[in-house]
Amino acid sequence: MARTILPFGPQHPVLPEPLHLKLTIENETVVEALPTLGYVHRGLEKLCEIRDFNQMIQIVERVCGICSCLHALCYCEGVEQIMGVEVPRRAKYLRTIWGELHRMHSHLLWLGLFADAFGFESLFMQFWRIRERIMDIMEATCGNRVVVSVNVIGGVRRDLSPEQCQWIEEQLAISEKELKQLSDTILSDYTVKKRTVGVGVLTKEQAYQLGAAGPTLRGSGWAQDVRQTGYAAFGELGFEPIVEYGCDSYARSAVRFRETLQSIDLVRLAIARMPAGETAADVAGAMEDDTPKPVSAGERRDIMQAYNRDKRHRFVTAPPPNLDLPAGHVAAKVKGKPDGEAVTRVEQPRGELLYYIKGNGSKNMERVRIRTPTFANIPPLLAMLPGCELADVPVIVLSIDPCISCTER
Amino acid sequence: MFNMTKNVVTNLLTKSSTRLYPIAVRGHFEGFRGTLVCNVDECIFCRSCMIKCPSQCITVDNKAGTWACDAMACVYCGVCVDVCPTSCLSMTKEHRPVATEHQTIFLQGVPKKKKKDEAAAE
Repeated sequence: MARTILPFGPQHPVLPEPLHLKLTIENETVVEALPTLGYVHRGLEKLCEIRDFNQMIQIVERVCGICSCLHALCYCEGVEQIMGVEVPRRAKYLRTIWGELHRMHSHLLWLGLFADAFGFESLFMQFWRIRERIMDIMEATCGNRVVVSVNVIGGVRRDLSPEQCQWIEEQLAISEKELKQLSDTILSDYTVKKRTVGVGVLTKEQAYQLGAAGPTLRGSGWAQDVRQTGYAAFGELGFEPIVEYGCDSYARSAVRFRETLQSIDLVRLAIARMPAGETAADVAGAMEDDTPKPVSAGERRDIMQAYNRDKRHRFVTAPPPNLDLPAGHVAAKVKGKPDGEAVTRVEQPRGELLYYIKGNGSKNMERVRIRTPTFANIPPLLAMLPGCELADVPVIVLSIDPCISCTER
Repeated sequence: MFNMTKNVVTNLLTKSSTRLYPIAVRGHFEGFRGTLVCNVDECIFCRSCMIKCPSQCITVDNKAGTWACDAMACVYCGVCVDVCPTSCLSMTKEHRPVATEHQTIFLQGVPKKKKKDEAAAE
């Protein structure tokens, strides 16, 4: 039988990001797949040499838009580890809440795109309508919908008032109700199952040997999740990973759907258990701060006296509409420079995210190395593709939730 | 069949889940980081915002008393607002309007005089 080579991507209707696959097909069956990457490389890791370690937070947030909060969280935890900072417990809980909200909106986006990949457009719109509510929570509490920019070294920049917490719980209750209405469709609809069950099989052994991560791994029967290591406040929330044993695209979508519901519970739990207190700790490293003093001492004193008389405009946090402002919080004062190295891991919506950070005692980092879950999930994807029908390729490619801008940075 | 009837009746009796866009516009929440605004009269040209800005879009000249921001390079992270000692920087919740040409916000203020200069003048 003659073989044909068919290019899939980088511009393809189902792909939100540029991944190129060179598919060798025999009739309608895929025999081999070869990936090409490198369309969105931006050199963000190298920027650590010219931006200082505080400015790097905003840069790592832009590695991936959809999980910006978790990139910043991973980076901040690494720098805090080097500088020996104990983050206040309230800040840990707030990081958990925003991290889980990010996971929810990422999974809902993916569920919508997945439905769109097999042509179920009304389901796509339903999922994205629920996602909009989560984005509203993010906008009202963080000041932005996607790149929330709340993590700083030593804590978080914003706080949640009791009214805001209550409002979040109300919004989550509505989202949960709407999500449960969709569970019948995504999990037991005949047409959906016809397109996903038995498609893109990754056996339990293959998942382990090829080093799959996140829902791809958990969809193949491995109960492995970095949240089990208890970063941020997960150690206190009694987290259990969600596992499916189907090893196919259906199992992976079921993991993501159930994780969305689990994240709602985790946010509720975190809000209920969140202790009162500071949201950011002062950071003092081993070395002296040598940044030039911008204003003279006398001038600063005058300003601070004027400022102390009028605190209204300082650190204004964002309430949802028609609610009182929460009590202002104190931003972290970062002094000193990181000197040392650290490895931190967090669970991104797509799987394990690893940061290796090395500081050399100057304001710039010597090395920031980012290993993202899609990078780990590309070998399993190449194992899933051979033997499948050409029409199933979009479903299989989407089932690992590829994030190419993360992978190439 | 019964499920569908229930949905149809519910959809008839509840209001539309979309907006009539140009007529009904979705506003932003309080505290949304929309546009960076500088009240240059209160600015003391300390350059804190310029030093801390991750996208390096702010240029402050403390001798000439100017504050400039490359609005298209700004990423609206709000770090400058947090570090400003006089709270002269703030963020409004409306987006900057779409522009067809490169925009730089250029503000001219009065540079802060040194105390000894003031004493000499008196």
